[in-house]
Amino acid sequence: MSLSAESLAKIERELAKYPPEHRQAAVMSALRIAQTEKGWLSKDTIAEVADYLRIPAIAALEVATFYNMYELEPVGKYKITVCTNISCMLRDSEEIVDHLEKKLGIGFNETTADGRFTLKEGECMGCCGGAPLFHINNTDMHEYLTPEKVDKILEGLDK
Amino acid sequence: MTATQTLVCLRTAGQADPASLETYLKLGGYAQLKRLVTEKVKATEIISQVKLSGLRGRGGAGFPTGLKWSFMPRYFDGTKYLVCNTDEGEPGTFKDRDIIRYNPHQLIEGMAIAAYTLGARVGYNYIHGEIWQDYEIFEAALDEARQAGYLGENLFGTGFSFDLHAVHGYGAYICGEETALIESIEGKKGQPRFKPPFPASYGVFGKPTNVNNTESYTSIPWIMEHGGQAFQELGVANSGGTKIFSISGHVEKPGNYEVNMGISFAELLALAGGVWKGRQLKAVIPGGPSTAVLPASAIIGATMDYDGLSKAGSSLGAGSMIVMDETTCMVKALKRLSYFFFEESCGQCTPCREGTGWLYRVIKRIVDGQGRMEDLDLLTDVSSNISGRTICALGDAAATPVLSFIKHFRPEFEYYIQHGRSMVEDGVAVEEVAYA
Ligand SMILES: Cc1cc2nc3c(=O)[nH]c(=O)nc-3n(C[C@H](O)[C@H](O)[C@H](O)COP(=O)(O)O)c2cc1C
Ligand code: SF4
Ligand code: FES
Repeated sequence: MSLSAESLAKIERELAKYPPEHRQAAVMSALRIAQTEKGWLSKDTIAEVADYLRIPAIAALEVATFYNMYELEPVGKYKITVCTNISCMLRDSEEIVDHLEKKLGIGFNETTADGRFTLKEGECMGCCGGAPLFHINNTDMHEYLTPEKVDKILEGLDK
Repeated sequence: MTATQTLVCLRTAGQADPASLETYLKLGGYAQLKRLVTEKVKATEIISQVKLSGLRGRGGAGFPTGLKWSFMPRYFDGTKYLVCNTDEGEPGTFKDRDIIRYNPHQLIEGMAIAAYTLGARVGYNYIHGEIWQDYEIFEAALDEARQAGYLGENLFGTGFSFDLHAVHGYGAYICGEETALIESIEGKKGQPRFKPPFPASYGVFGKPTNVNNTESYTSIPWIMEHGGQAFQELGVANSGGTKIFSISGHVEKPGNYEVNMGISFAELLALAGGVWKGRQLKAVIPGGPSTAVLPASAIIGATMDYDGLSKAGSSLGAGSMIVMDETTCMVKALKRLSYFFFEESCGQCTPCREGTGWLYRVIKRIVDGQGRMEDLDLLTDVSSNISGRTICALGDAAATPVLSFIKHFRPEFEYYIQHGRSMVEDGVAVEEVAYA
């Protein structure tokens, strides 16, 4: 299945940031755009992005494997990434992780049976003042978490 | 007397719509860019003001910004680039995020002034992957600035042109290292390059490139408005200006505080509400995990500037102050930091790739109750063997916490090894452990 016209238009906007002879520069954002549309990056999706940018598939694959926020396996509809690094740890990110694990019945790198949630452990997100925190699907940051606040956030998500 | 903040880089703080162009203009924004460009002020004059200001790179290394600018080749037949490093991912660092989400136009103006000075035609601001919403705020600010004629072609009708774009990272701490960041802009894995050549001669797409941190560029419009001397005078010797301290961990009010360089540690801690829950201070990492941890006794009388923290036995780094109270288990804290450096090593150099893994496994073994006394010397040896033998400074950064945690909190490590449990969690005070 190929990328939507909307995604391709977004990739074009990224390409415009770079000199025309450096199409590879747009590969990170192109992979992000593709992942946002498809939920994760299959080999085929990565190859399609590479084709579109006219770069070797291996160059796109290398990038997709190097950076932590790309998903090379299917994930749930909502991927929750909790930062457990030092500043978050000092503000008890462990309590948030325990709460999520109990509530969802999964551990890190697991997906609920209904395919709704995946749990991930993250490194510092550069928002340590708001610890403990997580983001959902790489985009929505939620800070100053408590177990009660986590419950509210999860209840507010579409089915 | 309690200290107050001095808002240079966070100038729009407290305004109703801090990120908007309207707010920034109301505060005198873009006036300096317009003045310098339309009056055709000479690059050498601008650089000498920056030198006079004492501004040192706020990304962690503290290299004098004016000197760095003077390394850019004046004449070059082709495009020169300007890069801003907003990739902050060093645990405890979150100041640049507040600049791009609350005061993006001052960064844009600072970069445009740098571009004018250095003859850069195109700029990129590389933004940390996890802060998507803030990336979008910055993109919106770029659009506003383009429409208002502060970015783009033939600015103010003078023939000066500068295009600036935002680039979004996707989760790799190492891309904060300037040459890894350049590789990443080019659409590659973020693996640091050998230096030399330095970015000033071989940067983005192989072209001369100036790389500075977000806070460094954002200081520039203020320096242009008030003069280098005034900026220097906000701070102390060798540490001009203000600094944003990101304060996290065990304080009542974590957050960013922009203060004059040279403020005392005690005053800064008080600004953040002091240690939370009325507890005792145990330790502080003053500049982010790549700077040495200090026990309370060593930092309590220190001043927060380059020389002050170096005298105290650590360094200013990026001003990322991580505060730990008496309940903190230093062994477990070190385990988390070691995991971070192991996980984020790009794997190019053997001492870093193998060493960070080794450090993490040994510390984990201690936390799992399987530690041996010899492990402490082993950790010190492995750390010393990484330092200075790698392409980039991540190797040194990984060694620093291990060396400093063991140096200052050795009894806690020994207790953990002997008992297989945390001394802090057992409620044993350091004084009760044989220090002899
Ligand atoms: C592992 C590593 C991570 C770094 N991360 C950052 C970062 O997140 N932000 C930053 O500005 N500089 C970072 N630096 C420093 C940059 O390499 C570079 O010195 C800096 O961006 C230059 O800007 P400045 O002179 O204005 O500080 C890092 C360096 C290393 C070795
Ligand atoms: S020191 Fe580590 S992170 Fe830096 S280039 Fe070498 S392997 Fe990569
Ligand atoms: S340590 Fe969690 S966001 Fe920085």
